[in-house]
Amino acid sequence: MAKADVTQAEGDLHLERLTKQFGDFVAVHDLSLVVPQGSFFALLGPSGCGKTTTLRMVAGLEDPTAGTIRIGDTEITHQKPYRRPVNTVFQNYALFPHMTIYDNVAFGLKRRGVKDVKQQVADALDLIQLSQVAQRKPAQLSGGQQQRVALARAIVNRPAVLLLDEPLGALDLKLRRQMQLELKRIQTEVGLTFIHVTHDQEEAMTMADSVAVMNNGIIEQLGPPTELYESPQTVFVANFLGQSNLFQATVKETDGEEIVLEDPDGMFRMPKKRVAAGVDTSTGRKVLVGVRPEKISIGPLAEAAAAPTDGNYVDGVIENASFLGVSTQYQVRTEGGEHIDVFAQNLDVHGLLAHGAEVRLTWRPHHGFVLAPDQDIHAGVEVGAGVSG
Amino acid sequence: MSAPTTPVPVASKPPTGVRIRNWIGNNLLRIYAVLAFIYLLLPVMYTFVFSFNDSGKSNLTWVGFTWNNWTNPCGAPDVCESVINSISVGLVVTLVATMLGTLIAFALVRHRFRGRTTTNLLIFLPMATPEVVLGSSLLTLFLNILVPLGFWTVVIAHIMFCISFVVVTVKARLSSLDANIEQAAMDLYASEWQAFRRITLPLVAPGIAAAALLAFSLSFDDFIITNFNSGQFTTFPKFIYVADKRGIPAQAYVIASAMFFIALAIVLIGQFASRRRKEG
Repeated sequence: MAKADVTQAEGDLHLERLTKQFGDFVAVHDLSLVVPQGSFFALLGPSGCGKTTTLRMVAGLEDPTAGTIRIGDTEITHQKPYRRPVNTVFQNYALFPHMTIYDNVAFGLKRRGVKDVKQQVADALDLIQLSQVAQRKPAQLSGGQQQRVALARAIVNRPAVLLLDEPLGALDLKLRRQMQLELKRIQTEVGLTFIHVTHDQEEAMTMADSVAVMNNGIIEQLGPPTELYESPQTVFVANFLGQSNLFQATVKETDGEEIVLEDPDGMFRMPKKRVAAGVDTSTGRKVLVGVRPEKISIGPLAEAAAAPTDGNYVDGVIENASFLGVSTQYQVRTEGGEHIDVFAQNLDVHGLLAHGAEVRLTWRPHHGFVLAPDQDIHAGVEVGAGVSG
Repeated sequence: MSAPTTPVPVASKPPTGVRIRNWIGNNLLRIYAVLAFIYLLLPVMYTFVFSFNDSGKSNLTWVGFTWNNWTNPCGAPDVCESVINSISVGLVVTLVATMLGTLIAFALVRHRFRGRTTTNLLIFLPMATPEVVLGSSLLTLFLNILVPLGFWTVVIAHIMFCISFVVVTVKARLSSLDANIEQAAMDLYASEWQAFRRITLPLVAPGIAAAALLAFSLSFDDFIITNFNSGQFTTFPKFIYVADKRGIPAQAYVIASAMFFIALAIVLIGQFASRRRKEG
């Protein structure tokens, strides 16, 4: 058998102005991205956002309509999949049913004509703790085990980039949690570049060093999970990752490092550095203000002292309170007619505020964020909510 | 652990009527199965028994037992020639129909092209058309383009209807395969050809083998279309049909019985092999 001629490449993965069209449908639009070598990178988005298409272009299973793909200085844009130093863990594992686990894992090594296949396969099976099933067929393994074999089959080749296409999608919740930790451990151990495609925000945030949130074929925002969560730049990201209260406000004035905003409930202060890039905050402009439900503290209006000096506040009436054990989820209707969700930690034992109670909501100015006004305020709500539960 | 010391209470016997009803209830399926098998196998047994008939020219009434038919199966005129003809036709047909049919099945399952839906539909046509119609229209065709009837016209006719069965069989197997598996192979440095040879082909092979066996038995068995398109060329079914007018020789019964046992053996070997593969 002729040895497969695999391109040698090392370095960061660069996607430059990558576009993929299927007929009239633009699956991926002018996407540029750098994945640093050795990092755990997640492509996160709802189904149909173009994340899997992007992954398949990197694997060589789809041919880009435009743009380039490089690993380090080596261009691989139109290379055949079997020439790329890239391996994939497929969503449904795609193990070879007629081969033993050993032969499955050895497949790539044999194609490349590697010398010590036996030792390397043994090491890979060791890594996933499945040495004992080497001689079995895939059908004799559980879903979780098959998943790990698929991982070993890819990792054993030490690819420059390892692609994972919703690898945990078919597992039940408990196993999925376990495998998340396992995947992270393996990635740290082998130090390969992992690109993980998922629609599960929790999965992406738990494992990835860096997350790119995709929607409609473009990247909405890219950054470490905490940054995406704390400083979303678009409404889609604010709603898709976790939950956000968003309401319209008008810029009243700029006061040093802060801007002062006004809405029917009164005035708010926001640090300038909490304003998303490119948002016009000159006086008189409309903007969207966002606050995460857990950043808001809630208390009876009667107990509230004079207006707090260091925070923003609104007053309202509790419309709904659901006790969840660790926390209580309140829905508050403000005097100005906004609906605001609040997650309050149950620090007191007597704690529930009753339906209809008058309350004051307060939050620190730097806990909020300011977004551009020309966006659908519900973008990403349903797709995000569907998987967060 | 020690054995239980308390005596097990003896159940009182139910009345006879109930017992008979229970027995029938428990064994109804078995009785039905036995009757069904008798119905299916009686003609075969009859053929087998009469292959030992010391019959002379016609094998319709039992005369006496003999080994002669089995020791000399080619004893009757033209029997073995017709069997050899049938086997030759069958082999050529199997080879060509399996190859063409497999390629068509791959094209239909793995590729999107203009006229794919139409092709899918047309493939079923030879299976749905009455054989008399197929046979007679083929004969018309051969006569019009002045092809002399014989071995090759029979082969062409058989390939035509066998392809449909091969396509359907291989397609079923191929559709059940995950297309991702081939992509996974290519992702693991296998070229298109290697992915086909090492992954797809071994996985589809049982379907292809089944299709080949089906094609052979269909070709071997066919009488109607063959009768129209064979001219002076005689296959085994045609021989029996013709012989029926002056009495079928017992040797035909021998060959028919032998075919049955060979087929049975192939099935048993197949079952045994697949069971071993699953356990291994």
